[in-house]
Amino acid sequence: MLSAAVAKSFAGFQLDVELNCEPGLTVLFGPSGAGKTLTLNSIAGLVRPDAGRILLGGEILFDAQRGVHLPARLRGVGYVFQNDAVFPHMTVEENLLFPLARMGAIERWRRCHALLEAFHLTPLASRDPRGLSGGEKQRVAIARALAASPRLLLLDEPARGLDAELRADLYWILGRVLEEYRIPILLVTHDRDESFRLGERLVIYRGGKIVQQGSAEAIFAAPRDAAVARLLGYGNVFPATIEHLDPGAGISRLRAGHVTLAVDYLPGRLRNDRVEFCIPPHAVRIGPAAENQVIADLVSEARLPSSVRLTFHIADLGDLDCEVSREKYAELGLSSSRRAALALPRAAIHVFEKGNA
Amino acid sequence: MPSGFFQTLTQVDWFPLWLSLRVAALATVISVVFGLLAAYCLANFEFRGKELLDAVITLPIVLPPTVLGYYLLVVLGRDSFLGRWHEAFWGAPLVFTWQAAVVAAVVHSFPLLVKSARAALESVDASFAQAARTLGAPEWRVFLRVTLPLARRSILAAAVFAFARSLGDFGVTIMIAGNIPGRTQTLAVAIYDAVESGNGALARTLSIVIAAVAGIVLYVVNRLGRSEE
Repeated sequence: MLSAAVAKSFAGFQLDVELNCEPGLTVLFGPSGAGKTLTLNSIAGLVRPDAGRILLGGEILFDAQRGVHLPARLRGVGYVFQNDAVFPHMTVEENLLFPLARMGAIERWRRCHALLEAFHLTPLASRDPRGLSGGEKQRVAIARALAASPRLLLLDEPARGLDAELRADLYWILGRVLEEYRIPILLVTHDRDESFRLGERLVIYRGGKIVQQGSAEAIFAAPRDAAVARLLGYGNVFPATIEHLDPGAGISRLRAGHVTLAVDYLPGRLRNDRVEFCIPPHAVRIGPAAENQVIADLVSEARLPSSVRLTFHIADLGDLDCEVSREKYAELGLSSSRRAALALPRAAIHVFEKGNA
Repeated sequence: MPSGFFQTLTQVDWFPLWLSLRVAALATVISVVFGLLAAYCLANFEFRGKELLDAVITLPIVLPPTVLGYYLLVVLGRDSFLGRWHEAFWGAPLVFTWQAAVVAAVVHSFPLLVKSARAALESVDASFAQAARTLGAPEWRVFLRVTLPLARRSILAAAVFAFARSLGDFGVTIMIAGNIPGRTQTLAVAIYDAVESGNGALARTLSIVIAAVAGIVLYVVNRLGRSEE
């Protein structure tokens, strides 16, 4: 169990975050320069924070008030660097033996070979890492970080530069590591799909702060504010004004440009409040509807692996992305008429919480 | 080839060459050990007076060798504190011995070695050292097993270069080791001596030898530098 509160400021940048991680995977997601790597470096002991406290399994790794700053080598934290940092002047085997220096010779040998076996590195044991592929090097880096049985594993953008197949391998390996080691794992990424795929728990970073944390599903369903929604790749974020509130019927009405939309009742809001709302692209329906129908012009189409992303322009509102399956797309026959009626289902419209717009 | 080159080659007293090689080798070892230590401190630690230390270490590069030799004479001479200490301990003065020539060669080669060793250590990607730390390695192990091996070619090149510079020192050597044939007369000093005494053939031969040695050294340095990639 990791509990970290870290504050560190540089000229023009301030990191101030608080994290609690149980055994399992926690994904730190956010744009570059949001302080994700700095958080890892602080936890690993490579950077000394200005303030805060870092506890790992009950042991104090850092405490600004008491002046405790345990050196990196004593922290028991495995760290897989962004550039994997596999020592180029040692063989794969020597790389794995490096962290085992204090073990007895036989024990050392056994541990190293168990890791080589587990990570499918045995045939590469005597190879020079400079001749290895990116995926192989990465396996060496992960095996090496786990060699000394750390109490926490940190991974800084491990999927960077790997193609789809190698990414799948990596995720499989991470799954096995999770099962076998039962330690907290912190993984940094700025890839949205990766964070969604891996994120048992997602922590969203922006500008040195944590803006939202929770399960990936929960965050994707209800981003805290428009900025988080955009970070998650939601295109469909629009400003609106509350036109009508009806607690009796459990309905509110929003006005966005010339469009009026019915949404679920918004407690704690007043008429004429300015809000922002979003709707996931896959929730938009094409076709006429009794409620929340808008007329839109098709602007562009993009083919995705299993679906088609259509971008519509709605007068006075802006561009709306809409994702449909390929079959549905074929049925629609949109190429003939570029104008269509769309429905924005009431249940799928998410109005952001107060004060974050 | 100048006339009489091979004839001179057989008659030459080779003592200055052997002395120069021995002095340069010893000076290089001393420079490398202390130079690496200084370079490590400059590359890894932030302390007060760091830039001042760097300036003091670099000073010999820009000072005229005679000025440097004069200062050393003041510091190491028989009347100085260090000179007396040396004489009391070893029973003989330091100045005007071959050991003084070693001191001269160290002073001449040390600054350049520190400069290039520092650059070599700093050019190693910091993530390797950081990875080593997270893998439980104490600082001495990080340096000996990771940083130093990764910088070894550049450092070796710097050492070879320091050797060449030690081999060629004239000004400092003649100030503190003097020009005693068969005892402190190094190659560079012997050439000066040969020219002064009108022995043109000897001066030519020795000059060709030292140029050849220097040329080989530069070739080796370049090869070491290139195979770094």
